[in-house]
Amino acid sequence: MNRKIPAAPMIFLLVFLLVWEIAVRATGVPAWLLPAPGQVAGTLADMLPLLLEHSRSTALAAAVGLAAAILVALFLAALMDFAPWIRQGVYPLLVVSQTIPIISVAPLFIIWFGYGILPKVVVVALVCFFPVAVSMIEGMQAADPDMVNLLRVMGSSRWQVIRLVRFPAALPSFFAGFKIAGTYAVMGAVIGEWLGATSGLGVFMTRAAYAYQLDRVFAAIIIISLISLLLFAAIEILARLVMPWYYKERSKG
Amino acid sequence: MAEIILEEVTKTFPVDGQSVSVLAGISLSVAAGEFVSLIGPSGCGKSTLFNIICGLVKPDSGRVLLGGRDDVRAGEMVSYMPQKDLLLPWRTVLDNVILAREVAGEDKETVKREARQLMPLFGLAGFENCYPAELSGGMRQRAALMRAILARRRVLLLDEPFGALDAITRTRMQRWLLEIWDRFKQAVFFITHDVEEAVFLSDRIYVLTSRPARLCLHLDVDLPRPRRDALLTEPRFLFLKKQILDALLGG
Ligand SMILES: Nc1ncnc2c1ncn2[C@@H]1O[C@H](COP(=O)(O)OP(=O)(O)OP(=O)(O)O)[C@@H](O)[C@H]1O
Ligand SMILES: [Mg+2]
Repeated sequence: MNRKIPAAPMIFLLVFLLVWEIAVRATGVPAWLLPAPGQVAGTLADMLPLLLEHSRSTALAAAVGLAAAILVALFLAALMDFAPWIRQGVYPLLVVSQTIPIISVAPLFIIWFGYGILPKVVVVALVCFFPVAVSMIEGMQAADPDMVNLLRVMGSSRWQVIRLVRFPAALPSFFAGFKIAGTYAVMGAVIGEWLGATSGLGVFMTRAAYAYQLDRVFAAIIIISLISLLLFAAIEILARLVMPWYYKERSKG
Repeated sequence: MAEIILEEVTKTFPVDGQSVSVLAGISLSVAAGEFVSLIGPSGCGKSTLFNIICGLVKPDSGRVLLGGRDDVRAGEMVSYMPQKDLLLPWRTVLDNVILAREVAGEDKETVKREARQLMPLFGLAGFENCYPAELSGGMRQRAALMRAILARRRVLLLDEPFGALDAITRTRMQRWLLEIWDRFKQAVFFITHDVEEAVFLSDRIYVLTSRPARLCLHLDVDLPRPRRDALLTEPRFLFLKKQILDALLGG
């Protein structure tokens, strides 16, 4: 991976912001309709302490929900490998369940779990579960059958085959799903907060939107992107720690 | 007593709804400490025969006796070096070569100590902590062979271990394999396409016909050991080579 911040996207971003700033000033669009980037930056700086406080509960819900999704997904993947009939029964249902829009069932969680952190965690976990579970299950399936046979000839138990071959073989695929889930996680938490919560960036955004304080909405969006980016980077670092062999193979070309 | 005995082993595979006969009654044996090679045209069923010996594939009929018994558990008597090296890419060389013993539940540190001492013999000293992707083709084969030998089984099945190597590396590996074999004295059953390789290495050679495979020649290699390079041009060596080639081309 290129460790330097690439210049080209930065230039495009700056030009985009500049055009935006000039357009807002030239046309005199009111700030409640479209605030200029400069104004958003000012609001961001002013509101930073409050934003960070809300961020904390959003990030917590995202992290806990993501972790829960991963634990359940890993457990299910191992279970499916032990008992193929579970895979045959559950896997299609898992795919079908993705046609249910989470946002339409989320209000139920508020009714069931109240306005605390729990309904948010549930939304995040549901959103993140699918990409992690599918990438893990598919990755384990794709393990080289000859390697599995080699372990059998050595006299391995089922669990040893999973632990020594299937799990590690699935890691690259798992982390690909993990990264996707990571970007969903913060979004899931914010959606949970829109629907009802007492704190969090989603709450901050809804309040600001009702008051037509679009500069605050944009400031919250920036913070949400930053949290997502941080999470993504954390997952990337974790992947490098867990699979040094994979990155060595890749860098060899 | 013979380590491996096959009696009238047959196997057919269903291919596109039709059953294709792969092995048509193979009987052979490998004795303790013996080096036996199996030669046959590509696709005749050599790897299938190995899979039957190590229990991955059930024969349709016939008997497989390992150490005189037909109820041997997987991993008990044979260790298998497959055609591909199948080193686990997520394990270092050291962790790869101890795999069979780890699976058997032995203390990892003890086995690792044993493995470290053997690294120079296998030309892998200094590469203990490398991942397989960082090794050359020859080193990968040596690591795979070390994994098979370190398993300490009575029988070693080697499926074309040098098939993917260039001629010079291959020749070196053959000489080296004989040294290793001399030291560990396991029974070796060795698949190859290379007639010269088979004659140079083996005590006995079985030659198979193309599919469905039958034995078409069983040859004693009555050449003195240790085998020297000078052997390659001796009349007796060339005579044995020609016999095998005739069997392969005529059969
Ligand atoms: N599981 C299987 N199902 C169907 N056909 C199979 C199966 N395993 C092997 N065969 C077929 O059996 C034949 C013998 O295969 P095998 O791998 O034993 O040959 P081989 O002698 O080892 O060949 P090579 O020298 O190329 O390695 C081939 O035609 C192959 O397609
Ligand atoms: Mg083969």
